[in-house]
Amino acid sequence: MFEATSVNHHNDRVQKQVKILFGIMLALLIIPMVVIVATLLIKGSPIVNLSFIFEDPKDGMTAGGIFPALLGTIWLVAVSLLASVPLGVAAAIYLSEYAPDNLLTRLIHLATINLAGVPSIVHALFGVGAFVVFFRFGTSILAASLTLAIMTLPVVIVSSWEALQSVPRSFREACWNMGATRWQTIWHVVLPNAITGILTGVILQVSRAAGETAPIMFTGAAMFLPFLPNSVFDQTMALALHLFVVATQVPNVPESLPFGVALVLVGIVLLMNSVAIWIRLRLRRKKKW
Amino acid sequence: MTDPRSDRRRPADARDRHWYIDKFFEILMFLCGISAILFVVGIFLFVFREGLGFILQDMNFSEFFFSPKWRPTSLVRPTYGILAMVAGTAAVTVLAMAICLPVSIGAAIYIAEFAKGRTRETLKILIEFLAAIPSVVWGFIALSIMNPLIIDLFDAPMGLGVLNSALILALMAAPIVTSLAEDAFKAVPDTYREAAEALGATRWQAIRQVVLPAARNGLLSAGLLGVGRAFGETMAILMSSGHSINIPTSIFDSFRALTATIAAELGETAVGSPHYRALFAIGIFLFLITFLINMAADFIVRGVRKG
Repeated sequence: MFEATSVNHHNDRVQKQVKILFGIMLALLIIPMVVIVATLLIKGSPIVNLSFIFEDPKDGMTAGGIFPALLGTIWLVAVSLLASVPLGVAAAIYLSEYAPDNLLTRLIHLATINLAGVPSIVHALFGVGAFVVFFRFGTSILAASLTLAIMTLPVVIVSSWEALQSVPRSFREACWNMGATRWQTIWHVVLPNAITGILTGVILQVSRAAGETAPIMFTGAAMFLPFLPNSVFDQTMALALHLFVVATQVPNVPESLPFGVALVLVGIVLLMNSVAIWIRLRLRRKKKW
Repeated sequence: MTDPRSDRRRPADARDRHWYIDKFFEILMFLCGISAILFVVGIFLFVFREGLGFILQDMNFSEFFFSPKWRPTSLVRPTYGILAMVAGTAAVTVLAMAICLPVSIGAAIYIAEFAKGRTRETLKILIEFLAAIPSVVWGFIALSIMNPLIIDLFDAPMGLGVLNSALILALMAAPIVTSLAEDAFKAVPDTYREAAEALGATRWQAIRQVVLPAARNGLLSAGLLGVGRAFGETMAILMSSGHSINIPTSIFDSFRALTATIAAELGETAVGSPHYRALFAIGIFLFLITFLINMAADFIVRGVRKG
């Protein structure tokens, strides 16, 4: 019969030690995040209440609330979604449903990777060079949102592509056999079955766009404005830039204020991500195929 | 009786309303599909357009790359040397990766090879949350939490500098590297592991001798994308670096990154001035480097799929 030798014992010991070591490495990633969220909660939550959210900043931004910044972020994200969601979903439809396996498709793939990998400050330079200066939008919500839209486009393309790919090929074939055209198949069969997955990508994009600072700081977001934006050609305040400003640019800010702003920002972002994850888990459980 | 096929009025591929709708959308989807290429080319062209004047007129090649003196606002003689910033960016990227890569790959091995079922799902969600924290919040954490911590722990005169930035960048790049590394491990077929274990290898022996070599290219690509992320990070570095121009000699030294320079100075320059164009020239440099890193990462992974 087999009997464990000293070599086996040694191997088992190494195995256990290695497992603990990797567990510690994982903990090194997760513990800081828990500490960060906990610190933001402890130091920020005393200041975050309804009046913090719905009031204007006061006394040179050392007191008061964040309403104009929050509203500005909603403006920026909404306008950027209007541009990037149709474009990104359509690009994903092309890649998933039409694109042949050729050089052009490969180039689109590489371009998507690069769009996601270009530093955010280079996107900002592009936004200034293209939208602010060349197209003469000036520093405006429109210029900032379009910059954000191009920057977050890969998020929509990749997640929509995955959602479309998860629709079984047999669904399409059944539809083609009924005499439907390619577009009829996509519109009536593929998209309805992929829409929840696409929605997940859109939510993740909202989370991404809401947190970006560098691309908007020279294209449309202002450090402080005494009025709210009325149209896409106005400048606006934004939550992420507001955090940068109260944390570094304004003297004599009470310590709790930037923690409150950071808490609201992280709260929005993590809430969005949680919703996306929840939809994804539900979708996986409900899947009919 | 004529042959129905010769009936010219109703050919088999009737170009009716549906045919035109179908064609219209096919072309529309195609145009949206190639938009990604147009945007990348557009980014390059527009950044190049603004920076070209500097490269042609004001730039002294050897000064730009080999001088540590960045004095764009000097009234006597402005100098545009990016050496100190390149050194700062390089130092912090190297240190951040030295911290991030072992930890991320270890964490990825734990998630991919040891964790099971619900634990694995929960761990992946936590890593996803880590990736979601915005850059400016990381910068704020560097200022408000890490800064006093480093001063206390190491008795350093200042907590903003290479170490602070590297730790923040390591945490920012870690979720991306971890999930890409996990993908690389998942791409290794289970039959490899089963064969190794059937030969009497323990789980760890199988990982070390079979899974790791098989996932090598995927891991390399994950590491490269981590480098790209750390290299291009802007707000977090701007807030954690101390932002003073010098070539760092210790991990507690303050430094300045290429990206942070653009973020800090673009707002103060007049459109079209040499300073403004010099910032765009730095942008061209950043674009080209990250472009190469991304290409290399993709090339390495594609090599695996072909083989």
